[in-house]
Amino acid sequence: MYTQALNQRGEGDERLLEDAAALERFQARIDAEERIEPNDWMPAQYRRTLTRQISQHAHSEIIGMQPEGNWITRAPSLRRKAALLAKIQDECGHGLYLYAAAETLGTSREELLDQLHSGRAKYSSIFNYPTLTWADMGTIGWLVDGAAIMNQIPLCRCSYGPYARAMIRVCKEESFHQRQGYEIMLALSRGNDEQKAMAQDALNRWWWPCLMMFGPPDTASQHSDASMRWKIKRFSNDELRQKFIDATVPQAHFLGLTIPDPELRCVDGHWQHGPLDWDEFARVIAGHGQCNRDRMAVRRRAHAEGEWVREAAAAFAAKHSAQLAAE
Amino acid sequence: MIVEAPASPLARYALRRADDALILGHRLSEWSAMAPTLEEEMALSNMALDLIGQSRALYTYAGEVEGKGQSEDDFAYMRREREYQNILLVERPNGDFAQTMLRQFFFAAFAYPYWLAMMRSTDATLAAIAAKSEKEIAYHLRHSSEWVLRLGDGTAESHRRLAEALEELWPYTGELFAVLPDETALIAAGVAVDPDTLRGEWEATVRAVLERATLAMPSGGWMQQGGREGRHSEHLGHLLAELQYVPRMIPGATW
Ligand SMILES: [Fe+2]
Ligand SMILES: [Fe+2]
Repeated sequence: MYTQALNQRGEGDERLLEDAAALERFQARIDAEERIEPNDWMPAQYRRTLTRQISQHAHSEIIGMQPEGNWITRAPSLRRKAALLAKIQDECGHGLYLYAAAETLGTSREELLDQLHSGRAKYSSIFNYPTLTWADMGTIGWLVDGAAIMNQIPLCRCSYGPYARAMIRVCKEESFHQRQGYEIMLALSRGNDEQKAMAQDALNRWWWPCLMMFGPPDTASQHSDASMRWKIKRFSNDELRQKFIDATVPQAHFLGLTIPDPELRCVDGHWQHGPLDWDEFARVIAGHGQCNRDRMAVRRRAHAEGEWVREAAAAFAAKHSAQLAAE
Repeated sequence: MIVEAPASPLARYALRRADDALILGHRLSEWSAMAPTLEEEMALSNMALDLIGQSRALYTYAGEVEGKGQSEDDFAYMRREREYQNILLVERPNGDFAQTMLRQFFFAAFAYPYWLAMMRSTDATLAAIAAKSEKEIAYHLRHSSEWVLRLGDGTAESHRRLAEALEELWPYTGELFAVLPDETALIAAGVAVDPDTLRGEWEATVRAVLERATLAMPSGGWMQQGGREGRHSEHLGHLLAELQYVPRMIPGATW
C-alpha cells in the first residue's frame, strides 16, 4: 500500500552512454506531461528507479497483509470480519497490479519476489510494528491507508503510464479502506471506557511511525532530484507529511482522541509537530523493528510451503498441453 | 450472555447451515498470507468471504424466525462448542493445501446441488439465500475440482499429499447427508431438501473428479458424525476461542 523514499545510485555512468539527444527528447516528453509507455525509449536509470519503486510498493502491499491478517480470525463481529478479509484481499490485488506494472519494465514477478525473499528488496517499515489489539485495525485503516493515499494520489499522475493507471485503481480502494478504518475508530470512541482506551492506545503507538512513512525530512533526503525531474515524484516528503497531519488532526479531535504529541500546535492553519525519532526509523529499516524477522519468516514460509503446489500446477499444465498437442 | 438453542425447528435448521458456512469460511480465512500463490490468496479469500456472507444471512434469518431479537453476532459469538451444530468436515484443520482443497471440494460437491434444490424451497427467505449461494458455490466447486485434478495428476508429491488428504477426510463425508429428527417435518413441507436425494449427484461428481485426478473413489468405510448434534472434535473449541475472544473479553460492547 505504500512507497517509501528510495535510495538512488550514481546517475552519471549511464547518462554518458546514452544519447544526449534521446535524453533530451525524453525529458521534453515528461515536461509536456506525456505518459511514458513500456515500449517507449527511456533512460536506464528511469527504468531502474521505477522498477525499484514499483516493486517495493508491491512488496509493501503483500507484507502489509500480515499485520492486519493477525486479526481476521479474531474480528469482533461478522461484519468486521468480512470487511477486514475483503480489505486484505484488496491489498493482495494491489500487489498483483503492481507486480504486473513492474513487469512491463522487464523484470518478472518471480525475480522481484526473489529479491524480497532474499532480503535485497525493502518494503515499507510501517509493517514491522505489531498489531496488538482490535483498535489497531481501525488505526491502520485510518492512518496507514490514509498516509498511503497522500503518497499515492500524486502517483496517479506519475510519468510512467502503467504505474499511474495502477495507482488510480489502487487509490479508490485505499480511500475506501481509510473510511472503513475511521469507522472502526468511531465505533470504539463512541463505545465504553475499555474501547475508548483501546482506541487511544492504538493511536499512541501508530502516530509517530505513520508520520515517518513519508520518509526522511527534506533536509536529509538526498534522492528526490531525478524523481522530481522525471515526474515520478511530485511533492517532497515534508510536504506530504504536512498534508497528512493537517488532514488527520481534526479527524482525531472529532473522535475525541489525543494526538500523542505535546508540541503539536496550529500555526497559520497548519499543524506543527514535535521531533520525529529518526533513529528509530533507521533501526526499523535496518531490520531491527519488532516484526521484521517475523514478517519475512512468514513470507518465506508461505513461498517455500507453496512450492510443491506450484510445481504440481506446472507439471499438470505441461502434461495436458502435451496431450492436447498430440491429439 | 449466552445464547440458547432456538426453539423453532426452522431457526435451528438455518443455524446449522450457518454454522457450516461460518466454520468453513473461518478455516479458509486462516490461510491469509500463507497461500501458495498470490492468485490463490485471492481465491481463498473469495471463498471465505462467500461463506461468511452466507452464514450472516442464515444467522440473521434464524434470529428473525426465532423472534427473540438475536443477531447474527449473538449466534456466532455467544454460543458454546456444544451449541454449534456444523458438520465435523468443516472444522477439520486446514492441514496442507491438498487437505484444504479436498475439504472444499467435498463440501462444495454437496452444497452446489443442495443450494440449487433449495432455490425451490417453500420458504421464500431460504430460497432467496439459496439463489445467491448457488452461484457462489458453483465457483467453489469449479475452483476446488480444478485443484484436485492438478494435485492428483501433478507430481508424485502432490499425488501423495492428495491421497493422504483423501484418507484423512473421507470419513467426514457421510455427515453431509445427516438428517436430524426435527428436520423431517421441514423436509415434508418442502422447506428443506432431503439430503439423501443429493447423494447420487455428490457421488457422481466426486467419483468423476477423483478418477480424472488418478485417485480411486473410496468405498464405504466407517463414517464419523456428531457435529450436527454438538459433539465436535477437539479442534472446534480452539477455533471458537479465537473467533469469540474479543466480544467475550469486553461483553456488551458495540463494534
Ligand atoms: Fe493497498
Ligand atoms: Fe489499503
